[in-house]
Amino acid sequence: MCFSKEVEQPLKSPPDATGAPVGRRIVLGMVGLGALGIIFGRTASQAVNSTVATAAPGLSGVLPGTGGFRIYTVTNGYPEYNVDKYRLTVTGLVSSPLSLSLADLTELPQTGMTKDFQCVTGWRVDDVPWSGVLLSDVLTAAGADPSAGALRFISFDGAYTESLTMEQSLRPDVLVATTMFGQPITEEHGAPVRLYVAPMYGYKSIKWLSGIEVGKTVVPGYWEERGYSVDAWVGSSNGMTDEPIT
Amino acid sequence: MSQSPEPGTLLRFTSAERWTHRTLGILMGVLLITAAVLYLPGASAVIGNRPLMRNAHVISGFLLPIPIIVACFFWAFRQDLRRLNRFSPNDWKWLRSRRNRGGNTPVGKFNAGQKLNSAFVLGSIIVLLVTGLVMYFNRFFPDDLRTGSTFVHDWLALLVAIVTAGHIWMAYGDATARKGMRTGSVPVEWAEQEHGQWANEVRS
Repeated sequence: MCFSKEVEQPLKSPPDATGAPVGRRIVLGMVGLGALGIIFGRTASQAVNSTVATAAPGLSGVLPGTGGFRIYTVTNGYPEYNVDKYRLTVTGLVSSPLSLSLADLTELPQTGMTKDFQCVTGWRVDDVPWSGVLLSDVLTAAGADPSAGALRFISFDGAYTESLTMEQSLRPDVLVATTMFGQPITEEHGAPVRLYVAPMYGYKSIKWLSGIEVGKTVVPGYWEERGYSVDAWVGSSNGMTDEPIT
Repeated sequence: MSQSPEPGTLLRFTSAERWTHRTLGILMGVLLITAAVLYLPGASAVIGNRPLMRNAHVISGFLLPIPIIVACFFWAFRQDLRRLNRFSPNDWKWLRSRRNRGGNTPVGKFNAGQKLNSAFVLGSIIVLLVTGLVMYFNRFFPDDLRTGSTFVHDWLALLVAIVTAGHIWMAYGDATARKGMRTGSVPVEWAEQEHGQWANEVRS
């Protein structure tokens, strides 16, 4: 299969190398199927995902990419936290720096929204119910300077950071989320508090949120330093053309 | 052949072939383990370290074809490729009859199961490499193809994991076959039992 010329050896083909070339057919068949899969895989994967999600939702956690979130961590496992000691700090260009416990967060105006979560790697989870405090409400509580240019978000996993401009931060679809699907956010989704930036790719929705710094200019976050777009609008960044989220 | 085995044994794999198998096995092991960590939410939670896992996976993936290409420079490997490619009537008979898999149907150096496995693995490596390249150099591809590649890569990897587990299971059950891959030679009796046609060929 690799080289057709045999010069140094007197023996030609081995005697048991007779019969139909089934091996070659399998290899070529797989290459053909693979090519079809690459071309039509997007449609197929949506069909497979929704079938598995309906027929056997329990399998979603085990099978590749079936109707659910994929969990990406950049550190060793999930960062640990203590519900009682957890604080979300808001510092920088603010008139009253905050250190919010989970109870403090529940006392701020609560907002819910049901919107999709779109990952830059191609998967999307439709209609996720989120709730928490609008980022703009947190910024109001802290007396953030509206003319400050940017926000920097810090995760207590020790590595993950994110950024938004002030204008983006004040949108009504950017949430400091404390629940998903009506339940407190689970560990793998960034417990106890994560950001949810609805109109942008998922990497902007930083998990395990513990700090918000109001500053003058945008400091690119963890993924942005690794080549992803800073302004990560779904469908018009990162070279992607996904449908906008709904 | 260049290596002369001990009396009472037959040379089954040259050292080039054994090293090819070893290298492929190690790379495949790294790929499957890192894939599991990247993929399965449970494993991600315990091990995490995504950048390290990702780099190990990408590097092993790029290295994977190299042992095969190098092996193609060895005559024994090319001969075995020819054997693996072809299905004789006995192979079909062997495959159809569960009982005959004990050895009543004399088959060549490789039985039909080994032939199917090797073809599947080669096809998988090609498809996984191509889809992996699309995912790695994703900036050069439209997102339809990227999503399609992710889909193919994910599901084929799952099949490869299952087939590899089967391959290891079969090897686990046959110490002599494992010795053949480890040392290169197998006892004549084993060859007569498992690969009768090949035993005759080597002795004549």
